[in-house]
Amino acid sequence: MLKIENLQARIEEKEILKGLSLTVGEGEVHAIMGPNGSGKSTLASVLAGREDYEVTGGTVTFNGKDLLDMPAEERAREGLFLAFQYPVEIPGVSNMNFLKAAVGEVRKHRGLEALTAKEFLQLVKEKSELVELDGQLANRAVNEGFSGGEKKRNEIFQMAMLNPSLCVLDETDSGLDIDALRIVSEGVNAMRDGKRSFVVITHYQRLLDHIVPDFVHVLYKGKIVKSGTKELALELEEKGYDWLKETEDAK
Amino acid sequence: MAYEGDELLENVTSKEYEFGFTTNIESDKAPAGLNEDIIRLISSKKNEPQWLLDWRLEAFKIFQKMTEPEWAHVKYEKPNLQAISFYAAPKQKKVLNSLDEMDPELRKTMEKLGISIEEQKRLSGVAVDFVMDSVSVATSFKEKLGELGIIFCSISDAIQEHPELIKQYLGTVVPRTDNYYAALNSAVFTDGSFCYIPKGVRCPMELSTYFRINEAGTGQFERTLLIADEESYVSYLEGCTAPQRDENQLHAAVVELVAMRDAEIKYSTVQNWYPGDKDGKGGVFNFVTKRGMCEGANSKISWTQVETGSAVTWKYPSCILKGDNSVGEFYSVAVTNHFQQADTGTKMIHIGKNTKSTIISKGISSGRSQNSYRGLVQIGKNASNARNFSQCDSLLMTDTSGAHTFPYIEVNNSTAKVEHEATTSKIGEDQIFYCLQRGLDEEQAVSMIVNGYAKDVLNKLPMEFAVEAQKLLAISLEGSVG
Repeated sequence: MLKIENLQARIEEKEILKGLSLTVGEGEVHAIMGPNGSGKSTLASVLAGREDYEVTGGTVTFNGKDLLDMPAEERAREGLFLAFQYPVEIPGVSNMNFLKAAVGEVRKHRGLEALTAKEFLQLVKEKSELVELDGQLANRAVNEGFSGGEKKRNEIFQMAMLNPSLCVLDETDSGLDIDALRIVSEGVNAMRDGKRSFVVITHYQRLLDHIVPDFVHVLYKGKIVKSGTKELALELEEKGYDWLKETEDAK
Repeated sequence: MAYEGDELLENVTSKEYEFGFTTNIESDKAPAGLNEDIIRLISSKKNEPQWLLDWRLEAFKIFQKMTEPEWAHVKYEKPNLQAISFYAAPKQKKVLNSLDEMDPELRKTMEKLGISIEEQKRLSGVAVDFVMDSVSVATSFKEKLGELGIIFCSISDAIQEHPELIKQYLGTVVPRTDNYYAALNSAVFTDGSFCYIPKGVRCPMELSTYFRINEAGTGQFERTLLIADEESYVSYLEGCTAPQRDENQLHAAVVELVAMRDAEIKYSTVQNWYPGDKDGKGGVFNFVTKRGMCEGANSKISWTQVETGSAVTWKYPSCILKGDNSVGEFYSVAVTNHFQQADTGTKMIHIGKNTKSTIISKGISSGRSQNSYRGLVQIGKNASNARNFSQCDSLLMTDTSGAHTFPYIEVNNSTAKVEHEATTSKIGEDQIFYCLQRGLDEEQAVSMIVNGYAKDVLNKLPMEFAVEAQKLLAISLEGSVG
């Protein structure tokens, strides 16, 4: 599904990713944890194709294709979805029109027929229920005036609408209260079908109580320094990152 | 995403003017130059009464004493009026009974513009008064409107058939002495539209005129006069496209609106004249005087404009709120790209009591263009309880473009309430990336964001025009970031 090898990337003159490797198989859920500034969000941005970041080395293969060779929109159409940490507001553009255009492009790229208005509305109804998103929100401008929790639910709603094969969740739990966390997690879990893969970036173990990962990786100074199963997350929760930092910095 | 200036300019060049074509119709054209003889020629070609010729000649005298205004935030080489031909009429052998009799070349032009007249007639019930090179060649729905007593025709026809109305209203809202270009227009106007809505009549359809500059080197001096009598209503659409030209073309139109007691006029414009090429060469100079008079109590005039064209724009659709409780509105989206310069806005002159005005202006600047809002809100000393709300937003697409706001407020009555809000923002790279990540391409992203930004104004346009305007915004800004 996704194979990252020795990925190096920088923003302006600052090296952030320094040889990151990660393989995500079909249907797997990988959690990426790590202290602040370790490069977690950079990884998400580089995968999604944000141009502020310059890839200086390494390769990324997505479903057998060279991901780094594709512009951002093509990555999205190929099935890579990024749930943003800070979803932006687009004033005056209704969520519906936005999604209709996005779903249209994605389906076209995948050789699927355009949805009829009725089919589209049906899909909206079905998927918005997944994250308990009020019908009203769907008709408002994209993220405009949404609460933090609504924005994150809207991300998962869009994810469900676009039917990606790889979902990258960038600190989706940040700013969520317990209820919103549960709703978002349930939405994500409902999309786990044994085929779709997830890369879940988070600071906290608590998200992983809801979205249980197959693998947990610790990112530190632009590299994965430790990998394990969900027990690793619990260990981190208990011990913090310092013991890993010390080992790593000693090298 | 990094938006590099050079890269941007390269992208910008990819979009050439879509409507750059010329129609091969023989023109009946006056020699170049401006003098009394030319004015006499225009007047006689149009078989005008003596009083109108005298009126034109007087305007010419006024014009000669004036100098071209230089206060606007625009730079351009002043047009040489002696090099312009002031009259060109497509040669039409006979009067048309129906649109089917129209010159096939003209038909083709309209089709290229996307105006299928039959379609418009059939689907949307829009009556189109198509003005090409200053002379109306076809007016549809005239009969149907006639049954209601509505007069909708070219101003030349109105001069022949309704001289009393012309004599009564011409130059009453925009006097000949108003400004340099209004004086010039008064002297040499060749055609335009006239509309009269009788007392108590609601015009059942959108009245529409498509203007088009066709003859190379021809100045365009349209004159529009629209009168809504007591308790009447009319929605008027004006849309413009022009073929590509190397030399600059001058357009100095005058539009006068009069709303009597309890009357309402909605005047919507989509303007897409040739803006010049990527190097700032060519393009139309658009120096227009548009003004509406809310003459009677409770009258209302709304200007809605979507401006994407012209090399230089100098345009301030205004309202004089004379009647008590009268309402003036101005909704504008002005897009500039390449080297375009726009200095546009409105004047709201509050004279009557309890008068209200609303100004919503959305400027979008791209390329190396300069986009200015200039507005005046004036509250007269008798205008007690006058209200104004102004909102002027600017959106910058590039680092090389400029947005400027020049709001003037004059209040002479202490009961007045005037509010002004202004914002300037740069198009969000985050917003664009968000769209890309959802599978939209950059053009779609920009189009969507810009249309969202301009939504408050686009919503004021009649439905069929709003769709056209959205397309125009997308076309105008294609390749403008990247």
